[in-house]
Amino acid sequence: MKKVVILGAGTAGTMMANHLAHKLDKEIWSIYIIDERKEHHYQPGYLFLPFDMYEPSDIVKPIKDFIPKSAHFINKSIDKIVAINNMVHLNSGENIYYDILIIATGAKIAPEEIEGMNGKEWYRSVFDFYTYEGAINLRNKLRSWEGGKLVVHITEMPIKCPVAPLEFSFLADSFFKHKKMRDKVDITYVTPMSGAFTKPKATEALEHLLVDKNIHSVGDFAIESVDNETKVIRDYGGKEIPFDLLVTVPTNKGDAIIERSGLGDELNYVPTHKATLQSKEHKNIFVIGDASNIPASKAGSVAHFEAEILTENILHFIHGEPLKESFDGHANCFIETGDGKALLIDFNYTHEPVEGSFPFPGLGPLRLLKESRMNHMGKLAFRWIYWNMLLKGTHIPFVSAQMQEAGKHFD
Amino acid sequence: MEKTIAGKTISVNDEGFLTNFAQWDKSVGEEIAKENSITLTPRHWEVIDYIQNEVRKESPLSIRKVGKSGVVDIKEFYALFPNAPLKTATKIAGVPKPASCI
Ligand SMILES: Cc1cc2nc3c(=O)[nH]c(=O)nc-3n(C[C@H](O)[C@H](O)[C@H](O)COP(=O)(O)OP(=O)(O)OC[C@H]3O[C@@H](n4cnc5c(N)ncnc54)[C@H](O)[C@@H]3O)c2cc1C
Repeated sequence: MKKVVILGAGTAGTMMANHLAHKLDKEIWSIYIIDERKEHHYQPGYLFLPFDMYEPSDIVKPIKDFIPKSAHFINKSIDKIVAINNMVHLNSGENIYYDILIIATGAKIAPEEIEGMNGKEWYRSVFDFYTYEGAINLRNKLRSWEGGKLVVHITEMPIKCPVAPLEFSFLADSFFKHKKMRDKVDITYVTPMSGAFTKPKATEALEHLLVDKNIHSVGDFAIESVDNETKVIRDYGGKEIPFDLLVTVPTNKGDAIIERSGLGDELNYVPTHKATLQSKEHKNIFVIGDASNIPASKAGSVAHFEAEILTENILHFIHGEPLKESFDGHANCFIETGDGKALLIDFNYTHEPVEGSFPFPGLGPLRLLKESRMNHMGKLAFRWIYWNMLLKGTHIPFVSAQMQEAGKHFD
Repeated sequence: MEKTIAGKTISVNDEGFLTNFAQWDKSVGEEIAKENSITLTPRHWEVIDYIQNEVRKESPLSIRKVGKSGVVDIKEFYALFPNAPLKTATKIAGVPKPASCI
């Protein structure tokens, strides 16, 4: 038997196990998928947890429920990949040999990268919402917080779901309004980028919303340290921003396994061909989801589009055919804007998000780059789609892996 | 957009970044630096050389990466190019503004 080994049973790994279980000849291929966790987390839900909009049970389910029966799930920690021997070494001491390896170990926060970030104020007045623990601790804090200076902050790019901190700011505005205490809270959005987002058109729309909602923003802020005594964040240029409550997105990095295996860049992301998803160094290693260094958003929707293309490429690879250079960086993200509304953006490597309609050109029903209640319903529906379609590798009707240009208002 | 820099006609985008590196030379760099109130010293040039080399290798730039380059640390990078060092330094170097990812 030949083996495909998938590292990580998160969003991307689970989708690949499902796709390949349908496509590979079971007489020849066996599929192994390895993860140290027992539970799958719907990470987009971490955004809603702090505001009591979701319950923990909405976002955590057993990994096993989503792995196809024909695949072998190994619930162990991975120590490292020994690529020259086509082998994965587990912490338990076992070695697993592969013919094809798919790296899907994701990205995680590394607050230790910034001096003082996980100091004595961590989970007292300094929080993240990119982990389950962070989101729950922040929820508990917000339930009784009496107001003051709220600073929502991004440490450095790239981060998973780059719009999540903006969404957090919008939802916070709405949350405090509902609690009738908006006047007691001063919200500041702090980013290392020059504007609210990385793409000009969307930045314009989003900065407008920040102003409307009375959220101050500070750009070009490269944090050097968090001062736990005076409660300020300080940047390398000496700028200081005081906070009573700091909600930060720490540096995001690939898993330490990538570093131990000598396969990563300075942030432990695996250098990957951006159109084929093959690793740059090893022909039989493929990378999907947040673990790669491709210049696409680190998002579940991106992983979904990648999975359709990677499945085809793995079949080409098995048959000795050239790989298709077809991944275009397609991303499709809802942006919660508070008060029951949301925006939708759809973009790829070469086309920035613009206005228009989605998925049907000219018809919608969803509107691109415009706030609407329908978009908010879309964001909430995404959770159902995630558990019931995305993870199972079901194609989402009318939404293609490659971005559609029709129905969009390009200049 | 066209702009006259150091007596030459140079194409730039609306943020003032050169759109054609072939039009760059040291005098262009010096003039852009001056517009940003920076007088270039040998230390500045070492950083600019490093940035141009990375761009030639098509390797994406970030503040973290410059800080780990061995050329300067982040503190000095800020001292040399105050406020938004990567943006200012790439503009002076005549290379595209780093697309700090999406
Ligand atoms: C707050 C927040 C909001 C988000 N919102 C959205 C959104 O609205 N829309 C959207 O599309 N995306 C969103 N995302 C991003 C999305 O969740 C991720 O992009 C997606 O989960 C990436 O999938 P992945 O499989 O690459 O990584 P993950 O799903 O993180 O999976 C990685 C898996 O690898 C396992 N693993 C890692 N290292 C090891 C090891 N050494 N041994 C064993 N197992 C290991 C982990 O346990 C984990 O299960 C959001 C993310 C966050 C944090």
